[in-house]
Amino acid sequence: MNNTKIKASIENITRLCQTSGKVFSIMEVCGTHTVSLMRSGVKSMLPKNIRLISGPGCPVCVTSQGYIDAACELSLRDGIIICTYGDMVRVPGGDGSLEDCRAKGAQVKIVYSARDAVAIASANPDKSIVFLAVGFETTTPPTALAIKEARAKGIENFYILSGHKLVIPAIQILLRAGEVNIDGFMCPGHVSIVIGADAYKPIVDEFNKPCVITGFEPQQMLDGIEAIITQLVKNNIYVENVYGVAVTSSGNTIAQKLIAEVFDPADVVWRAMGTLPASGLELKGEYKKYDARAKFNIEIGQDRHIPGCRCGEVIQGKLEPSQCALFGKKCTPANPVGPCMVSSEGTCAAWYKYGS
Amino acid sequence: MCLAVPGKILSIKNASQEQPENLGIVDFNGSQVEVSLAMVPEAVQGDYVLVHAGYALQLLDEAEAKETWDYLEQAGIEFDRPRNE
Ligand code: SF4
Repeated sequence: MNNTKIKASIENITRLCQTSGKVFSIMEVCGTHTVSLMRSGVKSMLPKNIRLISGPGCPVCVTSQGYIDAACELSLRDGIIICTYGDMVRVPGGDGSLEDCRAKGAQVKIVYSARDAVAIASANPDKSIVFLAVGFETTTPPTALAIKEARAKGIENFYILSGHKLVIPAIQILLRAGEVNIDGFMCPGHVSIVIGADAYKPIVDEFNKPCVITGFEPQQMLDGIEAIITQLVKNNIYVENVYGVAVTSSGNTIAQKLIAEVFDPADVVWRAMGTLPASGLELKGEYKKYDARAKFNIEIGQDRHIPGCRCGEVIQGKLEPSQCALFGKKCTPANPVGPCMVSSEGTCAAWYKYGS
Repeated sequence: MCLAVPGKILSIKNASQEQPENLGIVDFNGSQVEVSLAMVPEAVQGDYVLVHAGYALQLLDEAEAKETWDYLEQAGIEFDRPRNE
């Protein structure tokens, strides 16, 4: 980390803020940004009139209880092996977590990659493998490729439970609801590799808010914040890409084609936000046969409320974790009550670990 | 879950009848993992790629890859085995 450069950035940002005298509310959409801003100390170095708000970008946190409940129910059926990214096993559903199911004898395997789940299917032809396909545009093309791999290899016992979500509709819905005051967005670097910088244009067009794509290193995040404030001060709002080393205007078109080939947009339930139109993805056409919901006749139901947990408001940036009465008391990373405390990228977990 | 990590392609196994996509053995500062190169078909041996959950998303230049490694090391984020959470 180049400290002189960091210092210069902070000074620039402070100067910009002082000249304008306004308060700037910036939402970091992505959970990795949230953690990185806190861990690196960047958040604490910023002038007081910059308010950083964490957004709905932690895929684990936005996964609905109904989804976890469906996964739990499947895991307890005979002959099914659940394969999942590690963070998911501790997320509470309406009725316990996958870890609890494991204790009851369910087979739940943690995989590093969707490819590993296909390999497990191939090695266990007498079992049905259900891969918990969650995440935004970084994990969706891999799910599509895994399905295509299973098809090419003639593997008949591989299914997915799609919980995939889309970043752009999430931001649009948040802004249309108008309940949170947001002046600009730090857009997620790695999702943007896939969708491309141009994907944010509709947000700028409709809401006139700066969308700045940044990486995860402290200097990159500071460059992003400086770019947002500069746009606001000059009242010249556009999509700006300060992570040009990795992100292009059009994104990874192969990855986009994979998503479009295998999935259709669908209404999905977000944790504590309800069903949001066309904000998720479900399998389409010939790929429907890989859908665990149809194969095992299972519904993803609505959320039941977890008493006291205010994750829904935290995810939407309406509330800071410390404003939840359970924060740090009944709810800690060792004993999480809500999903925002489970995931290492969850806002509550980040606040607990790094302080506010 | 959303952090992609840079790695260097040591070797490439081209797609075949049994394996529909190009695979690469990718080195993450010491540990080697098999990664799908389906989304970066232009990648050749020696290239750096940004890898997320076993799939390369993007080519990266060497300087940027090394800078990211340095940052991850400094921040104490484990990446010798690419993370999935
Ligand atoms: S501190 Fe725990 S209970 Fe409160 S909002 Fe966060 S995850 Fe939910």
